[in-house]
Amino acid sequence: MDWITIISTTLKSAVGVETVLYGVAAIGLNVHFGYTGLLNFGQAAFMGVAGYGLAVTVTVMGLPFWVGIGVGLVAAVLLALLMGIPTLHLRADYLAIVTIAGAEIVRLIFRSVAFKDVFGGSDGQRGFSNGFYAINPFEHFFTARQYGFNLGPVPLFFSPRQTWVIFVGWVLIALACGVVFLLMRSPWGRVLKAIREDEDAVRSLGKSVFSYKMQSLVLGGVIGSLGGFIYGLAYASVQPDVFGTETTFYMYTMVILGGAARVFGPVIGSMLFWVLLVLVYGVLAEAVGAGYITFMDVNQVGALRWILVGLGLILLLIFRPQGIFGDKREIAIDAR
Amino acid sequence: MHAETPAEATTTERKTAALAAFKDLAHEPGVPKPDPILVVDNVVRRFGGLTAVEVGHLEIQRGSITALIGPNGAGKTTFFNQLTGFDTADSGSWTFNGRAMNGVPAHKVARAGMVRTFQLTKALSRLTVLENMRLGAQRQLGESFWRALLPFLWSRQEVQITMQAYDLLTRFKLDAKLDDFAGSLSGGQRKLLEMARALMVRPELVMLDEPMAGVNPALTQSLLGHVKDLREQGMTVLFVEHDMDMVRDISDWVIVMAQGAVIAEGPPGTIMSDERVVDAYLGAHHDAPLSESDLESQLHEAEEALEAEIEEETQK
Ligand SMILES: Nc1ncnc2c1ncn2[C@@H]1O[C@H](COP(=O)(O)OP(=O)(O)OP(=O)(O)O)[C@@H](O)[C@H]1O
Ligand SMILES: [Mg+2]
Repeated sequence: MDWITIISTTLKSAVGVETVLYGVAAIGLNVHFGYTGLLNFGQAAFMGVAGYGLAVTVTVMGLPFWVGIGVGLVAAVLLALLMGIPTLHLRADYLAIVTIAGAEIVRLIFRSVAFKDVFGGSDGQRGFSNGFYAINPFEHFFTARQYGFNLGPVPLFFSPRQTWVIFVGWVLIALACGVVFLLMRSPWGRVLKAIREDEDAVRSLGKSVFSYKMQSLVLGGVIGSLGGFIYGLAYASVQPDVFGTETTFYMYTMVILGGAARVFGPVIGSMLFWVLLVLVYGVLAEAVGAGYITFMDVNQVGALRWILVGLGLILLLIFRPQGIFGDKREIAIDAR
Repeated sequence: MHAETPAEATTTERKTAALAAFKDLAHEPGVPKPDPILVVDNVVRRFGGLTAVEVGHLEIQRGSITALIGPNGAGKTTFFNQLTGFDTADSGSWTFNGRAMNGVPAHKVARAGMVRTFQLTKALSRLTVLENMRLGAQRQLGESFWRALLPFLWSRQEVQITMQAYDLLTRFKLDAKLDDFAGSLSGGQRKLLEMARALMVRPELVMLDEPMAGVNPALTQSLLGHVKDLREQGMTVLFVEHDMDMVRDISDWVIVMAQGAVIAEGPPGTIMSDERVVDAYLGAHHDAPLSESDLESQLHEAEEALEAEIEEETQK
């Protein structure tokens, strides 16, 4: 078994592209679900409209990179308004239904034959990330062939492109966490948390519940859209099926794993999620390859690790529902 | 000692002023008051075939404590819901301080100065007691998104709000619970918290839906004190209550509802002897005693009847 490789990929995944893009989108979901109690099951759609907004603006319309970012952000805001206006007056369950359906509609439009000229069908779009890599300081300013260090015998190195994506990703995570931190200790955040507990009580104290839920939906959606940009730029492409419902479910796992309504909860959750996933895959794949495990082949390892993720989530909810950072007292009250 | 004397003087003044306003009023439903803060006309709410509320005309006197009583299912809570925008009346209109309030959403009703509490308490469980209180304050700078990001814009106001909250919590004997989650409070403490939180809004009219339900007798006494205190501070109180002893103790005027309609009004001392009220209660409650004194008189009556019967039997 090649332990060096296993440890190297596992450690790299703790800060890698996936961790960053899911982490930032999960911060947005935490604003919805953790702080406001909004059951948004369509977070992947916010990533989708942002990624495609950028892709279509640059490749189809031939406009500059930054315009694409702007279009993506506007698209995320519009999506939030579109899903929120009809549902935020209703009970929480309705938002769940509408967001899950809305996200599927968005994904199916992206992959539809009718709009193949614009969105590129099931193959998606590519070739819109040049503007981003043109300003990559790790390529054009610093000149190293790769960035990182050796941890004893374990090499931890990223290519200049990966380094640039990861760097930008962590800056965005820091910004998003900072904004969430400031907001959630302000009176504005207090209203959000109160809405999570009881909307009618908040109304009776003179606050417009609808307005705050809409602000929360837009904020979380815009933060989620950053994850979509990172995906598109890191892989230099977008495909419709990346923004499916399971992407949203991974983010729920991360939020709960790290601890809902905690500033760093989703980030830690995302790191743990990918570390465990990569570690389990690495160990199992090596064990199968080396002949220690004989009842399955390497192709089945990929499926097995998702089964283990599901099992882990179930165990987590039973034994530590408050997540890593959560406050046990809060959960005890909530489960009352 | 000296400091207390003027306060006591105003206490009696407020009470006498309120009582004077009611002195010469007819004991009829919908009787006009000298200075009404709330005027209600023809409010109707139906649930399918059931008419839960059908109130013709009703006025609430400013600066008074008015009790709203009636058997279970009389429509008191539903009536509160209509007035405060938590439910949409089928028809009707009402004005608060002369301003039309029908169709106004709940949060705007509260902002206008008309704040209610709920029969089933709504503590915000996973917020601390202090955060519950702070939430009640109005016109908070930090409640707008962009300003929230700049703490120096709202931190001074937050200190003021915290002091106001602390004062109220001390009055309601909850100051020891400041940093506890509201969800960890007992039922009675939640009632207290909800009332205190409503007062953070600095309302003109406080509408309390069974504030004493589930509160132990000792605490009830202090709650009664708080309610009287509200009148002393110039607020108007409208409250729903089933316990007649309590109603008699604190209210200046009593409104009786039954089957959705206001059937009688009058001073607390005599309202329960009103024929319409007796009918309404006996219809619903089958001789249930309404208070201890009622219980005694009912026992007396029953004993007398029994004795008379026995005498009759023996004479035969
Ligand atoms: N949402 C609803 N749907 C259907 N019927 C309702 C609804 N709310 C109240 N009612 C009915 O309206 C009537 C009045 O109810 P309401 O809660 O106003 O009574 P109440 O006077 O507050 O009684 P209590 O003293 O027991 O609290 C009842 O007959 C009740 O069944
Ligand atoms: Mg009621």
